[in-house]
Amino acid sequence: MNDRVVGDVKRVVGPVVEARRTTRVQMLELALVGEHRLVGEVVHIQGDSAWVQVYEDTTGLRPGAPISSYGRPLSVELGPGLVGSIYDGVQRPLDAIRLQMGDFISKGASMPALDRMRTWRFVPSVTPPCPVSAGMVIGTVKETELIQHKIMVPPNMSSELVEIAAEGEYHVTDTVARVRTIDGVLELPLFQTWPVRAPRPYTARLAHSTPLITGQRVIDTLLPVARGGVVVVPGGFGTGKTMVQHALAEWCDADLVVYIGCGERGNEMTEVLTDFPKLTDPRTGRSLMERTILIANTSNMPVAAREASIYTGITIAEYFRDMGMHVAVMADSTSRWAEALRELSGRMEEMPADEGFPAYLPTRLAEFYERAGSVRTLNGAEGSISTIGAVSPPGGDFSEPVTQHTKRFVRAFWALDKQLANARHYPAISWLDSYSEYVEDVSEWWSGKTNGEWYGLRTGLFSIMQQEARLQKVVKLVGADVLPDSQRLILEVASIFKNAFLQQSAFDKVDAFCVAEKQYLMLKTIVTLHNCAAESIKNGVTLEAIQKLPVMRDVMRMKYQYANDNAAGLRELLENIERSFHALAGATA
Amino acid sequence: MPLPAPPHEVTNAKLLDRREYLGVDEVSGPIVAIRNIHNVGYNELVEITDGRGKVRLGMTLEVSEGAAVAQVFEGTSGLTLEHTRVRFRGEPLAMPVSEELLGRAFDGLGRPIDGGPDPIGEERDVNGLPVNPTARAYPREFIQTGVSAIDGMNTLVRGQKLPIFSGSGLPHRQLVAQITRQSKIVGEDAPFAVVFAGMGIKHDEATFYLKSFEDSGAMERVIVFLSLADAPSVERLVTPRTALTVAEYLAFDLGMHVLTVLTDMTNYCEALREISTQRKEIPSRKGYPGYLYSDLASIYERAGMIRDKVGSITQVPVVSMPNDDISHPIPDLSGYITEGQIVLERDLAQRGIYPPIAGLPSLSRLMKDGIGEGMTREDHAHLASQLFAGYARVKEIRALASVIGEDELSPLDHQYLQFGDAFEQKFLKQDYEENRSIEQTLDLGWHVLSSLPREELHRITEEEIGKYYGK
Repeated sequence: MNDRVVGDVKRVVGPVVEARRTTRVQMLELALVGEHRLVGEVVHIQGDSAWVQVYEDTTGLRPGAPISSYGRPLSVELGPGLVGSIYDGVQRPLDAIRLQMGDFISKGASMPALDRMRTWRFVPSVTPPCPVSAGMVIGTVKETELIQHKIMVPPNMSSELVEIAAEGEYHVTDTVARVRTIDGVLELPLFQTWPVRAPRPYTARLAHSTPLITGQRVIDTLLPVARGGVVVVPGGFGTGKTMVQHALAEWCDADLVVYIGCGERGNEMTEVLTDFPKLTDPRTGRSLMERTILIANTSNMPVAAREASIYTGITIAEYFRDMGMHVAVMADSTSRWAEALRELSGRMEEMPADEGFPAYLPTRLAEFYERAGSVRTLNGAEGSISTIGAVSPPGGDFSEPVTQHTKRFVRAFWALDKQLANARHYPAISWLDSYSEYVEDVSEWWSGKTNGEWYGLRTGLFSIMQQEARLQKVVKLVGADVLPDSQRLILEVASIFKNAFLQQSAFDKVDAFCVAEKQYLMLKTIVTLHNCAAESIKNGVTLEAIQKLPVMRDVMRMKYQYANDNAAGLRELLENIERSFHALAGATA
Repeated sequence: MPLPAPPHEVTNAKLLDRREYLGVDEVSGPIVAIRNIHNVGYNELVEITDGRGKVRLGMTLEVSEGAAVAQVFEGTSGLTLEHTRVRFRGEPLAMPVSEELLGRAFDGLGRPIDGGPDPIGEERDVNGLPVNPTARAYPREFIQTGVSAIDGMNTLVRGQKLPIFSGSGLPHRQLVAQITRQSKIVGEDAPFAVVFAGMGIKHDEATFYLKSFEDSGAMERVIVFLSLADAPSVERLVTPRTALTVAEYLAFDLGMHVLTVLTDMTNYCEALREISTQRKEIPSRKGYPGYLYSDLASIYERAGMIRDKVGSITQVPVVSMPNDDISHPIPDLSGYITEGQIVLERDLAQRGIYPPIAGLPSLSRLMKDGIGEGMTREDHAHLASQLFAGYARVKEIRALASVIGEDELSPLDHQYLQFGDAFEQKFLKQDYEENRSIEQTLDLGWHVLSSLPREELHRITEEEIGKYYGK
């Protein structure tokens, strides 16, 4: 593609550059700045000057340096080769950059996002001539064992297919189809491009009905998220935001995971890169890397590219959603993204609102989160994007602007709690401060799996936890010993619930992932235990006698004791509890 | 080694062919604005010569057509608008690197303060470049510091950045000195080095560190960069970068394991705020610039290991919490970037417990991959988790006891209190000279844990209880 000079540098202020003598520049157009052709984006135009935010280090850039443009917006390449890759915030392949530049990223790297040398086996699925509509699948490429990549007609293009390539090996740039449109005959290669800031179109939004099963009990049972839902995970440092995000990326039952490391630690991305290829998906037995795409713009990489990274990630997610996949997007951390926005805004001397953030922060947040959802795609399939955004509030204070504005656009809130993290209770999701509005949406799904018991059991437990919170206030003043046994039982059951159910060890082979059935049975076990014990206490059994029952110890260890496929074991434990209490009642009587 | 004298003027004869301008347009704090010049580059080095011929170094912060704004590392006192000469070097600030730097002492800009010759070697841009995340190797080699609270519960691994959050009057100096002296990889004898960057610390603090390096007999493996409290504050902004540039060379070119001590990052951030305010930038929390996080990240993220390379950079920055407030922007943002934190607690220090490492808020994020069978011991993870859980309970019971009195506590609660005391007095507390092996630390952990009934140990397997409990 040809580029032309559109202006030159007037002023350099960190990552933003003021351009002068600009001609025919478009808002959000991709610009190449200076001799190194640093990638940037036009973010403000006024008369014959413009502001460009530059995605690379601007050290050494001088006034007078030329700025050129291709006349198109910042876009991503979408096609076979995305899965298993790691990109920076503007979709430059970090693997290939390492081969070219070595261990450190120097500036001016220019690389196509999709490997041009690699070939893919294309299998056509339509026969010309036939009409094709936007988003229609014309063939497939088996990208990994898990991902059947559908080659689609780009959106905004309705036409007639005149020719399609035969089954065979093709590069991403090879033409695989010719279509006749009102603009003449167009050639479609294996890949398409799409501007990152524009949501990809779909036919209709669908209601949420299926939960995104994450294998984490506190989430699935207490604070579920539906496929197509949006969740925010706020937490001060050290409360385990990244651990939650990693656990979800590892265990959730999405078809594809897009993990955006936005302004976070380099080693965290390295951890994903080294661990995921070795981890296997519990459902398919394949390597997790075969369904993961990483966007890494670590905290020391250029700040403007951090701002772009979440758009790059969500656009890729939308592309796979359009194939009818269920995609999960982890954005860690949206606070760093907002800070990038603040830095760029400050450098352009815009008027600040709350805590120096620009006044358009909520608009941008809404735009991002609304790109999630469950949809009917252009080709009639059902696909979804579930977005889980981490927020890093300064000082762990949830009243700050990013947390507060994000709360307006999400329907589930998983608050991470410092006290729980301090006691190394992970996931440190507070069951009292958090909420999920998806409970009603997914309760039908759960009911179908649990003989209709799920909602009732869950409510029962919530009420125990709330009673416990109230009782704890009393205990803090007078100690637990003065409470009657019936109330001490609440404390006891709540403690079992915390330790045996909510706390989940990410490093334990059995416990790291918990299937829906096991969650249900564990929940039922604890509720049954509570009901039996409450009944016994009414009949004069002491709490001490109950605490001495051997089944209590079994309950405490059930999460480690019974593997995901050992539902029979848990059912036996349930019967055992009833038997034990029966025996206890007999002994007391 | 005696404490070096303050730096004297340096003249640089290089690059005389560059244009020189007479007169500047504005001097404000450490900032100088120059107009009517040819176009100069962003972030480039500037030489500023005052009326008496003394040369100072600076860096461009903002460039526009025919004008530039620069910060002057050595301060602007004595500069006049008319007689100041400015020369643009056309390159960023660079530090010459070589193995000869070992054992030497420099100021924040990399100029010798030990009376030795100017450093010679390949010149490297002090700003460094971001490591490609695909090039990083994930840190997992256990470093034994000999301090139980760290080894046992907040394990340090090679290539980690683990800051010490301290407060004024707390013994972070001793702890840093102890860590630098005792750190080793069990059963390994690889070349190591210590790079020490002192930013805005007092002369006697610097003397303490230098003496401790000397006493440990490792002075020839240490490189010191000092920008002391009476040096111009702007110099502090480059000090950690100069130091890390050298550390990167030692680690990734020469294959050494480099322990980098950065003290005190709070002074660094204050200097950053000073410059930002002078430039009238829009402040975020407490007047610190909005880019404080990114700026700190550009320092902390220079720790790590690289695939297929031998060396490593482990960072131990000291962050003093203003007014002991961990939610202050500096410790807060540091904690978001670093891989954990060692928090010093005033209450423990006042009760005479050294090192006063707070049990609960301290954390090492990389611990999980550096411990266990083959690295430390198979019971390490569960033991540490149980100690944390137990100590959290102790804190709750102590709070309760302060309300209802100890007499009203249940027998189990009393056992927990005993455990809490044993944990603090036997496990946490140790001597400044005491170097505990990891086995000693873990055995000690089991020893104090055995004051709890075994039914309370939910996070430990039966097998481990059988093997270690009560031993």
